[in-house]
Amino acid sequence: MKMLVPYLTGGIRPDWTRYLQEYERNGADAIEIGLPFSDPILDGPTIQEASDRALRRGVTTRSVLADLAGVRIGIPLIAMTYYNLVLHRGADRFCADLAEAGVRGLIVPDLPLDEAGALSDAAVANGVDLTLLAAPTTPPDRLAEIAERSRGFVYAISVMGTTGERDELAESGVRLAGRLRELTGKPVLLAFGISRPEHATAAAGVCDGVVVGAALMRRILDGDEPEQLGAALAGFRAGLDTVTV
Amino acid sequence: MSELVLPSSSVMSDPGERGRFGEYGGRFVPESLIPACAAIEEAFRDAWGDPRFRRDLDRLLAVHAGRPTAFTPAWRLSAELGVNVLLKREDLAHTGSHKINNVLGQALLARRMGKTRLLAETGAGQHGVATATAGALLGLAVTVYMGEKDIERQALNVFRMKMLGAEVVPVTGGSRTLKDATSEAMRQWVTCVDEAHYCLGSVMGPHPYPWMVREFQRVIGDEARRQCAAELSTGVPDYVVACVGGGSNAAGTFAGFVDTGAQLIGVEAAGGAAVASGVVGVLHGFRSYLLQDENGQVSEAHSVAPGLDYPGVGPEHAHLNDAGRARYVTVDDDEVVPAVHRLARTEGILPALESAHAIAWVIKAAESGELPPFSTVLVTLSGRGDKDVATLMEAS
Ligand SMILES: Cc1ncc(COP(=O)(O)O)c(C=O)c1O
Repeated sequence: MKMLVPYLTGGIRPDWTRYLQEYERNGADAIEIGLPFSDPILDGPTIQEASDRALRRGVTTRSVLADLAGVRIGIPLIAMTYYNLVLHRGADRFCADLAEAGVRGLIVPDLPLDEAGALSDAAVANGVDLTLLAAPTTPPDRLAEIAERSRGFVYAISVMGTTGERDELAESGVRLAGRLRELTGKPVLLAFGISRPEHATAAAGVCDGVVVGAALMRRILDGDEPEQLGAALAGFRAGLDTVTV
Repeated sequence: MSELVLPSSSVMSDPGERGRFGEYGGRFVPESLIPACAAIEEAFRDAWGDPRFRRDLDRLLAVHAGRPTAFTPAWRLSAELGVNVLLKREDLAHTGSHKINNVLGQALLARRMGKTRLLAETGAGQHGVATATAGALLGLAVTVYMGEKDIERQALNVFRMKMLGAEVVPVTGGSRTLKDATSEAMRQWVTCVDEAHYCLGSVMGPHPYPWMVREFQRVIGDEARRQCAAELSTGVPDYVVACVGGGSNAAGTFAGFVDTGAQLIGVEAAGGAAVASGVVGVLHGFRSYLLQDENGQVSEAHSVAPGLDYPGVGPEHAHLNDAGRARYVTVDDDEVVPAVHRLARTEGILPALESAHAIAWVIKAAESGELPPFSTVLVTLSGRGDKDVATLMEAS
């Protein structure tokens, strides 16, 4: 089975955790939760707007984690945020906060391999998997090191660009997934630009799963209810399940 | 790789492969940008050690930018204040500020790397105008990202950029000012790293930018050091003062005096004072002091001078501060406007609002007695005030 990991901006509306429950019910294997940051350098307009909206509601890392502590979700939760929020809290306390809220993984897009040492150690100490990102331009030696040091899975950025919807699954992503699978037995998840079920189908042939972000967040920004998001996610699940290899 | 031509002192030297100034600096960018940053570092190390590159840049600085810039004793202001004020005249550099020094260096480097486009962020528009100018001069296409709010405030510079052939892209996200323009330039750089060079405008960003931009700006300090040696009986001034936004005119100035006994003073805008009121954080690729709220969200800076409206400060300044080698002070908006008028009337020089921060501090420190009578004070006048006339009209 291929892994399906939908993304949700934490605190996007007061009852935001209902989306998590719908995601779980409709085939998600894990959920990536964005902790809103004022300056999301690797996010395109959709997720930028979602973060801004959440921040304007007064959402903080603490409030998102507190909300999570109040819901029962049976699948792994992975936090995604920018390094300043980690540094501000202190790497160790930040990871301890995640663990306490039941969050098992962490992705920090502006923290590359070379700077990740301290957070890596803090994550291990608190039982949190720090997942590293790989990009189409990552040279071979570096890619091997990322595959080696990434925990949980490897997050493959499919395109040279930010998060956001795209018309097609990028060829650069297909190539990157192939390179990574030759280097590691860890699951390789393709992310960025997986916008339609058929992209998930195409990706499933070359990697171990997909992250779906902007395509879902746009619907939420447009006002779609949790049930509607559940139905949308089910479409991606069906797309992935057509592939059995 | 060729040898670097750098000073031997350990402060303000090569920050090494990890780009560290003490605990500050680094390269906190998405993996997608790591190879591009590494390529710039390698190209810069190579170019900076190449006498031909240095000659080409020196020639452009001379024939196009009008260097060396003048060194002007501020006679009447000095007499009024009882201290000896000397001005390093970056306001006389082509395009009206020190920004051209860095931009010519980076544009030459971009061409050497085979790039065909330059991307830049701008707040006041001075860096955007300088980048547009270098693009026109060297045949590189230029795209400038500028916050919507700054586009409204700095209409004159937007028009100048367009006349010079640059595309100006409004940034509508976040606070719609320099910080957001910088974020957007980085996002867009990811999509075109093969053909475009990101021409960052101050001593900030991921390694090697803080170091590279300081080296391209050290021409200010190197010239001023020679000019001081020729003009002053003591050879070096007692104080060296410059305004600090990201910190490039100050870093370039300080680089010329860091190995002397001169006291180095960086003047921040009170509403954008990262050293004075920030805490350690990471934004736009580097670790330094950063204005942020109690939750770690980056705060907006507020200054009458758009070029100082940035919530962070270059990492080397954070280090110079912690090491005690430079001191960082602040002045308020309402001290700045009178300083513009005072310099205009005593010396016939209309400084930029950014530069007037340095003047305002000198006036205040001389009047309070903090600057001893007869001490010599070198002030870098980073730019001219033409761009600020509309703001000044509103203020008066
Ligand atoms: C005239 C002038 N001075 C100073 C600055 C601040 O930049 P920095 O601190 O990098 O010198 C600017 C920035 O736009 C400027 O236009």
